[in-house]
Amino acid sequence: MESDLILQIRNLSKSFPGVKALDDVSLDVERGRVHAVTGENGAGKSTLMKVLIGVHAPASGQILFKGRSIRLRNPHDALRMGISMIHQELLPFRDLTVAENIWMGQEPTRWLPGWLDKPAMNRGARRLLERLGVRLSPVTKMRELGVAETQTVEIAKALACRAEVIIMDEPSSALSGREVEALFDVIRELKRRGVAVLYISHKMDEIFRVSDTITVLRDGCHVATMGTGEMDENRLIALMVGRPLDAAPPPAAVNRGDVVLEVRELTKAGAFRGVSFALRRGEILGLAGLLGAGRTSLVSAISGLTPAEAGEIRVGGRVARIRTPGDAIAHGIAIVSEDRKQYGLVPTMSVKHNITLASLAKCCRGWFLDKRAENRIAGEQIRAFSIKVPSLDRRVTFLSGGNQQKVVIAKALLADPAILLLDEPTRGIDIGAKAEIYAMMRRLARDGKAILMVSSEMAEVLSLSDRILVMREGRISAELSPENATQEEIMKWAMPS
Amino acid sequence: MGHAQLNEPRSDNSTLRRLPHQWGLILALVIICTALSIARPVFLTIPNLVNLIRQISINGILAVGVTYVLLTGGVDLSLGSLVALTGVIAASFAHPEQYPPAVPVLLGVLAGAACGAVSGCVITKGRVAPFVATLGMMTAARGLALVLSGGRPVSNLSREFTWMGSRDVAGIPILSLIFFCVALASHVFLNNFKLGRYIYAVGGNENAARTSGINVNAIKMLAYTACASLAGLAGVVLASRITTGQPNAGVGYELDAIAAAVIGGTSLSGGVGGVGGTILGALLMGLINNGLDLLNVPSYYQQIVKGAIIVGAVWMDRSRER
Repeated sequence: MESDLILQIRNLSKSFPGVKALDDVSLDVERGRVHAVTGENGAGKSTLMKVLIGVHAPASGQILFKGRSIRLRNPHDALRMGISMIHQELLPFRDLTVAENIWMGQEPTRWLPGWLDKPAMNRGARRLLERLGVRLSPVTKMRELGVAETQTVEIAKALACRAEVIIMDEPSSALSGREVEALFDVIRELKRRGVAVLYISHKMDEIFRVSDTITVLRDGCHVATMGTGEMDENRLIALMVGRPLDAAPPPAAVNRGDVVLEVRELTKAGAFRGVSFALRRGEILGLAGLLGAGRTSLVSAISGLTPAEAGEIRVGGRVARIRTPGDAIAHGIAIVSEDRKQYGLVPTMSVKHNITLASLAKCCRGWFLDKRAENRIAGEQIRAFSIKVPSLDRRVTFLSGGNQQKVVIAKALLADPAILLLDEPTRGIDIGAKAEIYAMMRRLARDGKAILMVSSEMAEVLSLSDRILVMREGRISAELSPENATQEEIMKWAMPS
Repeated sequence: MGHAQLNEPRSDNSTLRRLPHQWGLILALVIICTALSIARPVFLTIPNLVNLIRQISINGILAVGVTYVLLTGGVDLSLGSLVALTGVIAASFAHPEQYPPAVPVLLGVLAGAACGAVSGCVITKGRVAPFVATLGMMTAARGLALVLSGGRPVSNLSREFTWMGSRDVAGIPILSLIFFCVALASHVFLNNFKLGRYIYAVGGNENAARTSGINVNAIKMLAYTACASLAGLAGVVLASRITTGQPNAGVGYELDAIAAAVIGGTSLSGGVGGVGGTILGALLMGLINNGLDLLNVPSYYQQIVKGAIIVGAVWMDRSRER
């Protein structure tokens, strides 16, 4: 079956100052197969992919494409060969149309050099999208599309470049359950057409469902490659982490206290309607649902980022008027947003300054900053949350995703809130860091914090929550208890009827 | 992974760590000074050096002011016009035997503050881009200066008022002492005050700042008001120095101020920079003016050299980052 091997990676190594990012990695990719590449953050997945699309040059080793050794100097080289990447964070040209995005860089022309042949662009775009089994008008502006559709357009763009290898980096990270299904349909279609897919993901269930082969990387080294059929979840986790891990940790002991947060008939047009629930001291309340069900808007409203239009929020039994995040913090409500980069971190600032930002009053004498107190307080938080950083003054952007998330949580908790709103607290971070954040949430609940957690990972909701609320199209559709709820049942209440 | 966790994460010595960032600029200043003192021995004389710091003072005050606004990620194009407007206003109250000199000084600064508050309001409440809002203020303030003065310089100012722009204390021009105080106070404010930290946070990531409970609009208002107040102070000082309130003064001053701040490492996208760099930037620009004068370079050519140096300095800074 020599001809089926489209991409052969031979003994690739790559170092960055202080880190060996890839160490003698070899990998074969076959036509019409999905090859999952997995591993913790920092395992070398991104570096490997960046070498494959020509962003980084390898220090040693070889890439064979269709049996011939190739050298990629930049992403354009890779694209011309037929290697395309769908990035985790999509960067479309938002004010251009679907067709214009698909043909970007290789526009068909007519009449004069540079004169765009728009009818041909639209026809071609429609044909490509139909091939992927999606209905989308080529003249729609990208701005009007959701994340899932934007991703499909990126895949169509890869096909327009005649890609034979498509690399997908955490493609499901921003998709809801149903959209992931649609993505899998697209991937199946790609397979049928003989395209090889390299699927990078942390998510166990997806890897097992979509892939034919699994490769595990750890600390830049190739650990194992196996057929998906020969692998099981526990074994995969053990390979990734290098040690066995309690796969499903037990739920926290039930010790529910007084109601600290009560939401009554909260409504915001176009986002959620008539939402009522209560949150108790020492409780983790899971909020499940599909993307767009209004969960993020709901926590944004409670945190004052985008205030609700009607209804009331009661904190400790009294009505709280929350119009800004400052109001929420004053009422003891802190939020860790789903979008760390947008709403969590100030990238130009150090770890220390990020941690103290929401509670500078603690580091002040009058209007003056007490820098010694600030160092001490930030240092305590860094130890308490075991944030791995060599210095307090390190720019926060140099940290790994998991550590950045811990910085955001440390910042939120420094204000000593009674109520913690966590929106997708483990998005885009590796398994080890996830386990730490789960343990941290349990500890906080045991210490009496009330936690409202939004999560799209069913397993996470089921294993962590004391109670589960499901949202559907802006309303709460069900309250379940984790002891007798199943993923299927949550899904049933989450799917629009 | 390769993260070594230290048990005791400590604060680096931040001055030491920041040193390399402005190292190139300091080196450039030293080289230019050395070259000038060899080529033109008159450069290293006390009168010339005093003249140099006098020349940079007004641009320096404006550059420190605009640093506040640049740090929030905004820009203020109205500074030159505000210099003219506040100069005219101050001069109108500074005729002999009219008021004590504190009155025109205060009125000038307050007029600047009021204009800054208007710009800030348009930017925060009206959500108009800072470029557009302050462009409008630039045009309107210039018009107001012409209206108030009838288009003619306001002259015949009291000795007490012009004293500020012409006299020295212990050999140092008073206007340079004013610049020094403004720079020192701003440095302390930005580094040691809660509100100063908030200015950096707003410029670094407005959404994260808001989520952290910071009143972003109030911080922006503060930055524009502080910046324009300093422009008011610069206008008063200029009127005192040239002994008239000139409605046509200050054309292009805002760009020199922004150039000084940017040369000093303040980022136009906000969140990065500070007063220390801005002072070095202002010093570099002043030094180039002074040096080209001493070398008898015609003023038309001086502008070409200055333009090249502004771009060159920032270019070098950026290429060092890569």
